[in-house]
Amino acid sequence: MQARSRRFKANAAAALANPVLQANLRTSKGKFVDKRATAILELDDFEGTREAARQVRDHVLKDLDLWLERFETTATARGASVLWAKDGAEICRHVADIARRHSVKKVVKSKSMLSEEAGLNQALEAAGIQPVETDLGEYILQINDNEPPSHIIAPVVHKSLDEVADLFERAHKKPRKTDIAELTREAREALRGHFLSADMGISGGNFLIAETGSVALVTNEGNGRMVTTLPRVHVVITGVEKVVPTLDDLSMLMRLLPRSATGQSISNYVSLLTGVKQRDEADGPEHLYFILVDNGRADLVGSEFQDMLRCIRCGACMNHCPVYQTIGGHAYGWVYPGPMGSVLTPLYLGIDQAIDLPQAATLCDQCGVVCPVKIPLPGLLRRLREKQMEKRLRPLMERVALKAWAWVAARPRLYDLATRIGVRYLAWLAGGRDRIGVLAAAPEWTLGRDFPAPEGRTFRELYRQRSATVAK
Amino acid sequence: MRVGLFVTCLVDLMRPRIGFATLRLLEAAGCEVVIPAGQTCCGQPAFSAGDRVAAAALAKKVIAEFEGFDYVVVPSGSCADQIRNEYAGLLAAESAWQARAQALSPRVFELTDFLTRVAQVEQLPGTFRGSITYHDSCGGLRHLGIKQQPRQLLARLPGVELREMVGAEDCCGFGGAFSIKFGAISAAIAERKCDKAAATGADAIVGGDLGCLLNIEGKLRRLGDETTRVLHVAEVLAGDC
Repeated sequence: MQARSRRFKANAAAALANPVLQANLRTSKGKFVDKRATAILELDDFEGTREAARQVRDHVLKDLDLWLERFETTATARGASVLWAKDGAEICRHVADIARRHSVKKVVKSKSMLSEEAGLNQALEAAGIQPVETDLGEYILQINDNEPPSHIIAPVVHKSLDEVADLFERAHKKPRKTDIAELTREAREALRGHFLSADMGISGGNFLIAETGSVALVTNEGNGRMVTTLPRVHVVITGVEKVVPTLDDLSMLMRLLPRSATGQSISNYVSLLTGVKQRDEADGPEHLYFILVDNGRADLVGSEFQDMLRCIRCGACMNHCPVYQTIGGHAYGWVYPGPMGSVLTPLYLGIDQAIDLPQAATLCDQCGVVCPVKIPLPGLLRRLREKQMEKRLRPLMERVALKAWAWVAARPRLYDLATRIGVRYLAWLAGGRDRIGVLAAAPEWTLGRDFPAPEGRTFRELYRQRSATVAK
Repeated sequence: MRVGLFVTCLVDLMRPRIGFATLRLLEAAGCEVVIPAGQTCCGQPAFSAGDRVAAAALAKKVIAEFEGFDYVVVPSGSCADQIRNEYAGLLAAESAWQARAQALSPRVFELTDFLTRVAQVEQLPGTFRGSITYHDSCGGLRHLGIKQQPRQLLARLPGVELREMVGAEDCCGFGGAFSIKFGAISAAIAERKCDKAAATGADAIVGGDLGCLLNIEGKLRRLGDETTRVLHVAEVLAGDC
């Protein structure tokens, strides 16, 4: 996927100026946040489960290579092939090779964020293979000229019903419908033929289970089951960090994932797929491939950012983020929006490719509080800010101003003088009013709000005066 | 008990009356209050900006100035969080300083937390009349557990009617330097907060962190709301408003 993360500010400005998007964001927020809040109450010990989940994920990451080898052994024993991809280009090469080997003309896809990381659809088209997205949201985006998703769970959360109705009328050339059931029926009719005629199914993988060699898929629409069972060939593309040791670990994580993601106790479908179709089995692919992807993940193992690899892609951090709620997911400019994206994008694409993202957070820690695997997201964002500072990637003026302020703040007499001048300047700007309309020293503040005027004297001045008076 | 009052740089600059209100509340609670004259800032702006060196230097300064008191009280959840929860990690490379940070940490309190849990005040000097909606600031709420403390204290004032807003815990969009680096986003988040507060029809929005309050007040006024008051909890409790 082409990264637009360097244009974050412009992207955000466009999002703020888009009234349809703003209205859509307001409605979607309540849906995710309120439903999650209710769903987690079903667990007797939500915090205890979070802690257990954190431990399982950390346990895996400590010996990730060994768990992956274990998975490779068990999956291979069940007739699957395990391939490794170091980056997006290698994912595309593997898929093209597999497609060639099995004479694949058409691919049906269930959601995979790795496919977005790799820009797989474009690569397939270039190889003369037709990719068809079958997740309703991804399908909508594909027929809308391959628009990128704005959310990892709900890729079209930025769109309204009306926008989808217009799009379907245009793309399907059928009478416009606004009833959701009728719209989904229309999509279903368009997709059914593809499911039956596709030669290959591509899915993501929510978890890989080392003890059984299985992949767990968590979906709501049922398309995942068709993608993974109807075509002759099934390719699973997922990150190397998604492995968990046992089915027990999976069931524990599943108590958290749907509740954190969509506020569901359990998703409509949870599929556990193991091996190729056996002789006595009616369903399943004849060929099963796992493409396990690094694309920056291995570098995080053992680093100060390893905590991020615990992520189970629920999206709770973005749903609860005040910045995401205000600008939506596209502004972040790559595959992962919200706090998760503000950490992953610079780590996977390069710290200089997403300079704004770690800065574009209030550090309110709502993301850290809701994260089901206790990733300290604000701390990681702050570490990325430190990296930017160390690499001198921040604007010179910002670095100089910070150093100057810190130097003065360490010298009380000088600080006293500087602040006395500062508040008098601000009071002069206010000109007797209780607010300042345009603040040249911090122009961004007054773009969308006033700056309240200071009282005009510093506390330390007034306190000294008062102490002097009392002493007399 | 001997209490060191950390005024905070924002209160020092923008709203000295909050500092005096805090002083009055602590004295009314029977504390011997000392305000170290050399204090400046807790260093959080540098810490959040990624400048650990500057943040560590200011952390040492605060520790040296305040470690001699029984308690340190701060009229800000954000700054109290910085001193209480971040200093030890920030100074991890210097074990002597880290030990001093750890020794100071449990004695650092946000004002309302101190008044309810440590001083356990019964009487408050304030006399506010009207309805109040309380904004929970992020640092205090999520890292210090400040939630009921200010509400308990405000409820003691006979003229106060508390009206909870939907999303009282939602961030107001201030975020320190975020508010001047991403002004448009910050102001848009503030607008949502203002809308929620306005829906309660309360006479005043009250909170415990001046950064949030300046953000909310600035947005309210820009939106044309000239009447809703925006006050620090210390001002209300001390009767300075």
